[in-house]
Amino acid sequence: MAHHGKGKPPRVGDHPLFRRALLTFVLVLVGLMIVAPLVVIGVEAFSKGVAYFGASIADPDTRHAIMLTVITALIAVPVNTAFGVAAAWAITKHDFPGKRLLTVIIEIPFSVSPIVAGVAYLFVFGLQGLFGHALQAMEIKILFALPGIVLASMFVTAPFVARELIPLMQAQGRDLEEAATSLGASGWRTFFSVTLPNIKWALLYGVVLCNSRVMGEFGAVSVVSGNIRGQTNTLPLHIELLYHDYNAAGSFAAASILAGLAIVTLVVKVALERQGAGRIQRPSALAGADTVTPEVKP
Amino acid sequence: MKIRLDNVVKEFETFRAVHGVSLDIDSGELVALLGPSGSGKTTILRMVAGLEYADAGAIYFGDENATDIPVRERGVGFVFQHYALFPHMTVGENIAFGMKVSKIKRSPQAIAARVKELLDLVQLSGLKDRFPGQISGGQRQRVALARALAVDPRVLLLDEPFGALDANVRRDLRRWLRKIHDELGITTLFVTHDQEEALDLADRVVILNKGKIVQEGTPETVCRSPADAFVMNFLGDANRLEAEIRGGKAHVDGIAFEADGIADGSGQILFRPADVTWREDGQGIAASIVRVIDRPDSRRVLAMTRSGQAVEFDTAPEFPHRRGDAGFLDIRRPRVYAAA
Repeated sequence: MAHHGKGKPPRVGDHPLFRRALLTFVLVLVGLMIVAPLVVIGVEAFSKGVAYFGASIADPDTRHAIMLTVITALIAVPVNTAFGVAAAWAITKHDFPGKRLLTVIIEIPFSVSPIVAGVAYLFVFGLQGLFGHALQAMEIKILFALPGIVLASMFVTAPFVARELIPLMQAQGRDLEEAATSLGASGWRTFFSVTLPNIKWALLYGVVLCNSRVMGEFGAVSVVSGNIRGQTNTLPLHIELLYHDYNAAGSFAAASILAGLAIVTLVVKVALERQGAGRIQRPSALAGADTVTPEVKP
Repeated sequence: MKIRLDNVVKEFETFRAVHGVSLDIDSGELVALLGPSGSGKTTILRMVAGLEYADAGAIYFGDENATDIPVRERGVGFVFQHYALFPHMTVGENIAFGMKVSKIKRSPQAIAARVKELLDLVQLSGLKDRFPGQISGGQRQRVALARALAVDPRVLLLDEPFGALDANVRRDLRRWLRKIHDELGITTLFVTHDQEEALDLADRVVILNKGKIVQEGTPETVCRSPADAFVMNFLGDANRLEAEIRGGKAHVDGIAFEADGIADGSGQILFRPADVTWREDGQGIAASIVRVIDRPDSRRVLAMTRSGQAVEFDTAPEFPHRRGDAGFLDIRRPRVYAAA
């Protein structure tokens, strides 16, 4: 290999100056926009000492908000996971008219502001809304109660799982399922022993994203929940409430829980992926060319 | 197991349709469905498997009408073009899968014994605990075959079985598959677009074009008596000269060829590049050499007839002529067809 002259980059587009400038730009932005705010949350949460932090968390309203958020996630995440798997399955393994339209519709919550979703739910379930009177007559309370919160959260997070699965399942095609069926496997058997193992990382990733978004959702939930302290306040709403109460430390303490939850979910995801990485091949790596060991002649 | 297709039809919006195909496959026969892409060959195979249902017509397995039997219960072994091995299972687990999900309950010991037997059969004994991503393409192909055979299928179906492999691996696997077929005697139907593969491997070749069978027969029959210009062209290199047919003769540039039973009008003469002798004088179609291409074992000569039609033919490496030389094309074994 010939020596390259001084000042010449080893490869095209790899000039040291450019590389340094690019890296500096990215690192500065990451520091300013992501790391610094997280550090501030942690510092502010403990600014009045550990005892005050503990007391803030132990506050009944805060505890209730945490519970409500967890319950919402426990309902919304499984439902949206099932929806996501079903939608991805339908779109990638079946042909039907309106398939493209469905794909677009599923993505709508990503492009619509959550507050619009919240207002829309007001119009559908509110007293002046479409089903308002019927629901009132049956004494079913959707708005300003848990069902409304769950519904709004589900709307906002509906695409997360489907979006992770659709490209993967599209790349995998139907061959594996057809092979399993031709070998005599039933539909359920095929799903659980062939389809699911091959999508589980994408599924998990979707679930993790979905969960953190459900727990963190503010806009849509704030419209439909009514912000009743100790009753319909989820954790993000409660944080805002505390902040407006000039209880900065309490608000940051509550926020640190949310931030902590996010970090835990990410760590869980990374850990699980690493655990399986040695054994499970990414299906995409198998779909392509034969790049492995040379052929052993029979 | 004897297979019979009776006027099977499948319509698609795209080009893969099948327009009324009838076919008999004898028990223990090894049959190739050969055709260009879009000729409907894979669709036929998938209908025999039950992965797709025919719009009309019937498929019989022996005397049983299998047209509407779902693939799960049809008892076919299907080898997919890209193998479709389960990437999260080892080679052994892949082979065992069909036995594990089967309605016939087998003990784990019996399954393990059968897996071992099949691994021996496909000569992959040491690879039981590898994952599909850790073995070569040829090995995956053999695992796919073992997996299909594990459920004791009545019929073995292979979709472009060697399509994704290197040329030399392909030849070895071909001979090996023939050997396995002869040992097991299982009725086998495979799809290929590679005429060499079909002729090399099959007892009988079924040639398809545009969703219809154009010819079926032994490799010898289809090679020696191609039914039409499409078959002639598809089976190998062929030259084509336009001709005029008058009174049972085909006339090209003043030379007449036998054309028994072909109606008067425009026609075509097809012949292989190996069936031409270059003559400096005497009989034949007058032509001049345009280019000489050297190959390891021969010379390919590109020539132009006086009426401007291109002809290619093969000669010995010692062929002394060069570009611009004039002479005559002496054609052996010409095949005359009416114009398409």
